[in-house]
Amino acid sequence: MTELATTQPAATGSTAARAVGLSKIYGSGETAVRALDRVSVAFGGGEFTAVMGPSGSGKSTLMHCLAALDTASEGDVIVGDTSLVGLSDKALTALRRDRVGFVFQAFNLVPTLTARENITLPLAIAGRKPDQQWYDTVISAVGLGDRLDHKPSELSGGQQQRVACARALVSRPAIVLADEPTGNLDSAASGEVLGFLRRTVDEFHQTVIIVTHDPVAAAYTDRVVFLADGRVVDEMLRPTAAAVLEKVKVLSAREVAGTAAGG
Amino acid sequence: MTLRNLLARKLRLTLSGFAIVLGVAFVAGSFIFTDALGGAFTGIIKGTTADAEVLPEGGGEFTGAGEDSRTIPASVEADLAGIPEVAVANGYNQVQGVYVIGADGELVGGDGPPGLAFNYTETEAITGDQIVTLLEGDLPSDESQVALDVGTADEAGYEIGDEVELVTPGPEPTMTATLSGLIQFGAEGGLVGASLTIFDDRAIQDLFFRGRDVYTGISLNAADGVSQQQLADAAQQVLPAGVEARTGDALAEENEDAIGEILGFINTFLLVFAAVAIVVGAFLIVNTFSILVAQRSRELALLRALGASRRQVNRAVLSEALVVALIGSTLGLGAGYLLAIGLRALFATFGLDLGAASLLVEQRTVLVSYAVGLVVTVVAAYLPARRASRVAPVTAMRDDVALPEASLRRRLVVGVLLSVAGVVLMVAGFAGSGRTGLVLIGGGMLAILLGVSLVSPVVGRPVVMLLGIGYRRAFSAVGTLATENALRNPRRTAATASALMIGLTLVALMSILGQSAKATTDAAIDETLTAQLVISNVIGTPFSTTIAEQVRDVEGVDSVAQFRQAFPEIDGSQSFVGAADPEQLARALDIPVAGGLTALTDGAVLATSAAADGQGLTVGDRVAMDFPVGEQEFTLAGTFPPSGAIPADYLITTDALEQAGIKAADSLIYITLAADADRSAVRAEIDVSIDDLPTVTLKDPAEFAQEQKEQIDQFLAIVYLLLALAVVIAVLGIVNTLALSVIERTREVGLLRAIGMQRRQLRRMVRLESVAIALLGALLGIVMGIAFGVVLQRAIAEQGLDVLAIPWIQLGVFVVVSGLVGVLAAILPARRAARMDVLTAIATE
Ligand SMILES: Nc1ncnc2c1ncn2[C@@H]1O[C@H](COP(=O)(O)OP(=O)(O)O)[C@@H](O)[C@H]1O
Ligand SMILES: [Mg+2]
Repeated sequence: MTELATTQPAATGSTAARAVGLSKIYGSGETAVRALDRVSVAFGGGEFTAVMGPSGSGKSTLMHCLAALDTASEGDVIVGDTSLVGLSDKALTALRRDRVGFVFQAFNLVPTLTARENITLPLAIAGRKPDQQWYDTVISAVGLGDRLDHKPSELSGGQQQRVACARALVSRPAIVLADEPTGNLDSAASGEVLGFLRRTVDEFHQTVIIVTHDPVAAAYTDRVVFLADGRVVDEMLRPTAAAVLEKVKVLSAREVAGTAAGG
Repeated sequence: MTLRNLLARKLRLTLSGFAIVLGVAFVAGSFIFTDALGGAFTGIIKGTTADAEVLPEGGGEFTGAGEDSRTIPASVEADLAGIPEVAVANGYNQVQGVYVIGADGELVGGDGPPGLAFNYTETEAITGDQIVTLLEGDLPSDESQVALDVGTADEAGYEIGDEVELVTPGPEPTMTATLSGLIQFGAEGGLVGASLTIFDDRAIQDLFFRGRDVYTGISLNAADGVSQQQLADAAQQVLPAGVEARTGDALAEENEDAIGEILGFINTFLLVFAAVAIVVGAFLIVNTFSILVAQRSRELALLRALGASRRQVNRAVLSEALVVALIGSTLGLGAGYLLAIGLRALFATFGLDLGAASLLVEQRTVLVSYAVGLVVTVVAAYLPARRASRVAPVTAMRDDVALPEASLRRRLVVGVLLSVAGVVLMVAGFAGSGRTGLVLIGGGMLAILLGVSLVSPVVGRPVVMLLGIGYRRAFSAVGTLATENALRNPRRTAATASALMIGLTLVALMSILGQSAKATTDAAIDETLTAQLVISNVIGTPFSTTIAEQVRDVEGVDSVAQFRQAFPEIDGSQSFVGAADPEQLARALDIPVAGGLTALTDGAVLATSAAADGQGLTVGDRVAMDFPVGEQEFTLAGTFPPSGAIPADYLITTDALEQAGIKAADSLIYITLAADADRSAVRAEIDVSIDDLPTVTLKDPAEFAQEQKEQIDQFLAIVYLLLALAVVIAVLGIVNTLALSVIERTREVGLLRAIGMQRRQLRRMVRLESVAIALLGALLGIVMGIAFGVVLQRAIAEQGLDVLAIPWIQLGVFVVVSGLVGVLAAILPARRAARMDVLTAIATE
């Protein structure tokens, strides 16, 4: 069994975010759940990473910790060059606002605001003007055209997720995190969203990390990190859908075997 | 099922339950308090009435036309004592208007409660207790001594042996006497704030009855086995003409009825506010259940999909309301008891001191409270319940469930129709006269209020949008979000604001009427009062006529007009009758009477145009007044406009009043100075002569007006205090709506926090939404209040409110306060929103 103590970014260059010996324990005593177990993983600037693993393996927990939505039980998370350990709620909130972009599986938009208002919301909250050039770039990349002034309820699921991605990008964050952003979409809409994210990596050198179950989605990325039982168990560079599918099969078989053996 | 639902929504229902609690508390409190008040007065009446009472014919009524000046020769007492049916006959003299000045120089009890004096007897009242008993010290033995009731002596700070200062209605306006002893009234001493002074038998005759050996009444206790009726009948045989014997029960009952009328008025007054509280509370209940039903629509749809009939769903919601109503009414009853204690304290500050009199919860109070609580809640929950039952089963399968909402257009139509009907009613009220007119106007106002509440989702939108422009400027994204939140559910926002609107409409209306009344007072006194000084008591407590005589002797005083008051019934209702010497009055006042004040002769009466209108009187008509000596007839000689300078609806001559058997006592003195008089010197000299009389004050016209305006302010203060409860309910409504909205928007709140909104910003967002709702309610309310105020002032202009004054600054203050109230209402919901854990909020389905 190949266990990697630390996985390194594939692309050379600076690190956009990393987890160092990160553990997350829910509950305490008998019922304690170790959702993440001493995970150390780094994400390079301008890299598109997919996190995969069986349900309950700690993918969402890892994303939440990286996004400063949740705090580590042990270890550290570093976004850009800021360590999250010991930061106040206020500082964490500001960090989410300015340095992190997050896309959920669903319900990413404020229903009372138009698409355009949703996109600029993080900046508006911070009381900052958007960098006009970057804003224009993001807006045109979303490709929503005249639908920008519509309310979310008037947009399709794919359009809504693209607006959510644009919102995550607008403040030029260190990392964009997306937890199963295509989980609720059909394959065509998934393609739109993943294509959009790919472009932001290629054209704007944005660091993007997504969680997905879909080997096809994983194939859009530069690197796949596999989680199981709260640990990084494997990784794959320049993945293809077929290779990922194969790897998932192997890993889950090992999982089943491990469970059988252990049980 | 219902109970489980309730427990699950405990928190959300608490606030709407609270509305019921407050509404019911108001109803219960009104009844409990007026019952206690009635009980206290009944205690006094029964505690002062013997088995039979011998009185001048028609006399002895508790709230009579005025103090009876007639007496009974003392020899009658001996005649009565000789009858076998009579065990004891005790002649007594009772005098009103004897006040105790405390050791601190202040009037005991302040303005308001009566000051009674009589001589000590051992008469036993129908309660079985002696009317008064000596507790400590001795009974007064001559003019130099008095005894006081324990409570009064206590409050005045006197102990036995102290020199007591008294204000009297007799020839000597003040006197001092040594406190010889302390007495107790009845068994418990409850005097409702009144003071009791006991004089020696002879002394009271010398001081107040010019030394004549007379009694104002004779109390009889029956011999063993003799009934009240037998006693009265036997006594009647030996009485001279003009004197009658009446049974204690009959007399007590008559007096209780008279008191009951006044108590009925107080009860109605309080119940009006209870009604306002309940209407406002109903809004809150409707709103809460609407929101709850909306939030549960999925669950209800599931029930429907599983085969529950519409009726079952309907019943599920209604039975939930029923449980809330039961709990709310029960708590409301308890809160009503506390409110009654509060009212008791409030009224005590006005001299109506119930002491520690027990507050009883009558069965009727319980029944009415539950009836009101149940009916209002169930009716208010019915509409949301009906809507819930219309949820199509298929919606259970959908992601976001929208309840079928009656189209805004239908609401708009109904609302506009209601408002139009209200306007029609008000117009009709204008045309109608007197009471019916005012009832129509009141009904019209209610219809318009409800109509406007219905259309408020439409009317409110532009107001909120306008506010939103300001919000956006000042608070950028947070302001935008708050505005959008206030706009996203117009019905909810409007219903919440409507509750506050009703409260503020009434507050604004009252402030306009109050301001107009004050302006009218100023104008009237300015126009009609030509006298330069006035001696009076703010509530018209009568004082010795000697004061007028003393003032007449002051150098520089040209003329003095004495003004007296009586309250005889005219056409069955108590009226304010003033009496003065026409010639004196003409020098003090410039009243525009057709035919001049000289038209007022002994057989004539002048009436204010309002009173004449109300009674349908025209010049030449006969006016019958019910005085102690019997009905007196007067001819209407003319009318005059109502004026704050003459506190009366009818005016007769002083001589006519004395002939009617009312004791001579002034309630107002107008002083006109000689042209060359040194005003301040004269004033100083008069001041000296009334210096030891804390019951009256000397003032110039401006101060006289000020005193009356303070009365108006005091009344307004009570009204505001009572309306404040409606506003409190409205605020709870805002809290409730916001709390429910925050729960409903849990995921959105989580999202906002996830993308970097600070807790502080989130709180501000909720606060701004709250302020928007509050300001919407305030603005609508104040606009309506102004409209109603103008209309009402016009309607009653002839009844003496002929100046319209709008207190703009005060209205502005109301708006600002409403905004602050919005801030206050947002505290808890905002904190709740800010405390939400981001991840749980996001994960919430
Ligand atoms: N708030 C929580 N409380 C307790 N246990 C949790 C909580 N969130 C996640 N877990 C547990 O942590 C483990 C990892 O969960 P998660 O990160 O959501 O996995 P994934 O996203 O890979 O499906 C699971 O066993 C899950 O049950
Ligand atoms: Mg997950």
